Amino acid sequence: MSCKVHIPSPLRSYTDGAHRVPAEGATLAEVLSSLEARFAGIRFRVVDEQSRIRPHIRFYVNSREVSELSAPVGSGDTVHVICALSGG
Amino acid sequence: MASTLWIGTRKGAFMLRPDAHRRNWRLAGPQFLGHIIHHIVQDPREPRVLLMAAKTGHLGPTVYRSSDRGRTWREAVRPPAFRKAADGEEARAVQKVFWLTPGHSSERGTWYAGSSPAGLFRSADGGERWEPVAGFNDHPMRSRWVGSGTPDGELLHSINIDPRDRNHLYLAISAGGVFESSDGGADWTPLNEGCAADFLPDPNAPYGHDPHCVALHPRAPDRLYQQNHCGIYRLDRPARRWERIGAAMPKSIGDVGFPIVLHPLDPDIAWVLPMDGQTVWPRTSIGGKPAVYRTGDGGGRWRRLDSGLPRSQAWLTVLRQAMCTDDHLARVGVYFGTTGGEVWASPNDGESWRCIARHLPEIYSVTHAV
Repeated sequence: MSCKVHIPSPLRSYTDGAHRVPAEGATLAEVLSSLEARFAGIRFRVVDEQSRIRPHIRFYVNSREVSELSAPVGSGDTVHVICALSGG
Repeated sequence: MASTLWIGTRKGAFMLRPDAHRRNWRLAGPQFLGHIIHHIVQDPREPRVLLMAAKTGHLGPTVYRSSDRGRTWREAVRPPAFRKAADGEEARAVQKVFWLTPGHSSERGTWYAGSSPAGLFRSADGGERWEPVAGFNDHPMRSRWVGSGTPDGELLHSINIDPRDRNHLYLAISAGGVFESSDGGADWTPLNEGCAADFLPDPNAPYGHDPHCVALHPRAPDRLYQQNHCGIYRLDRPARRWERIGAAMPKSIGDVGFPIVLHPLDPDIAWVLPMDGQTVWPRTSIGGKPAVYRTGDGGGRWRRLDSGLPRSQAWLTVLRQAMCTDDHLARVGVYFGTTGGEVWASPNDGESWRCIARHLPEIYSVTHAV
């Protein structure tokens, strides 16, 4: 299944500056694996070694926040990666 | 090739390069603006190579490698990470790579890294791919050795390799103590006898101490120095009992601090930068009057070195990786960076000081490279 992924600015060093990239997968985990295959290193910056979403990262599928890597992603969906930062 | 001071800060990496007399310094950078840089370390076996421990406020931790003296950097293919936890096990994840140490001179390409939560990692390919050191990370005593719950998480640091024996390793954990391995990291034993731990109910506890910085002398590797939460210590192996050499510091100053740095040749010379460890632990210069102290006899006596440093109202904090020496053997340069973004330099063993950079972000590390 094909989807689009919106890449936030902290991760664009991996995508050669691209804001929006295509990816494959029926779940968020598969979409991230698809991204990792093209942009090596990107997954570990947002998901830890225990396959947990990092504390200040949020994922949305279309406009719905998802908190599990098993969340389904449909063909034509848009995945947003949000980096939450506060303070100085 | 001129010397470079690499400055790791909360907002990126900077470089300071001196003229031939180390009087005028030119600031370059930032590189990785906005990244949190805990440590930048040159490989003495291959001086073109540097590793950098980094993360950002939101992204996970990683390591960058340069093979051209810091002009360009490439991220590790497999950054330090704990092994996947089995069901029912504590599922640890590296929050930050805090410390980097090149491996033994005979093991080209080998590096060690320390993390928070306390973990030890090893790379055999120059920092590209990292593996957890199971002998420490899965040691049956690990959960008892660490876990005192400091606000920033426990830190594994001060990884020291015996230059005579690649299998003889030391590491330190804040808080947890100093630990030693004689088999390349397969097993570890606490090495804290003689160190105070005023904050523990058992003052003679074998572990749970808070070493802030431990340094092994490269020319006299049986000698270790330690700046601890509870004093300054020296250990001459094969003894196992640390001697509190900070007892010789002036009582009005005490012997609390973060860094301790050693003379590159003379194992009797060391520098410390005392801080205020009273009441709620301000961790600032004592009385707002910063001073470095140097011993020339292994800690028997200490001399105050504050010429050129501010005389009053200077509440500096200097973290454990933020002080170093250079390799000018006739008159060793000594350097420190503050959490207020200043770098101070002495071209003469600490006798006099000048501020060579200011207005930088919070400084986490100052390291010398050639």
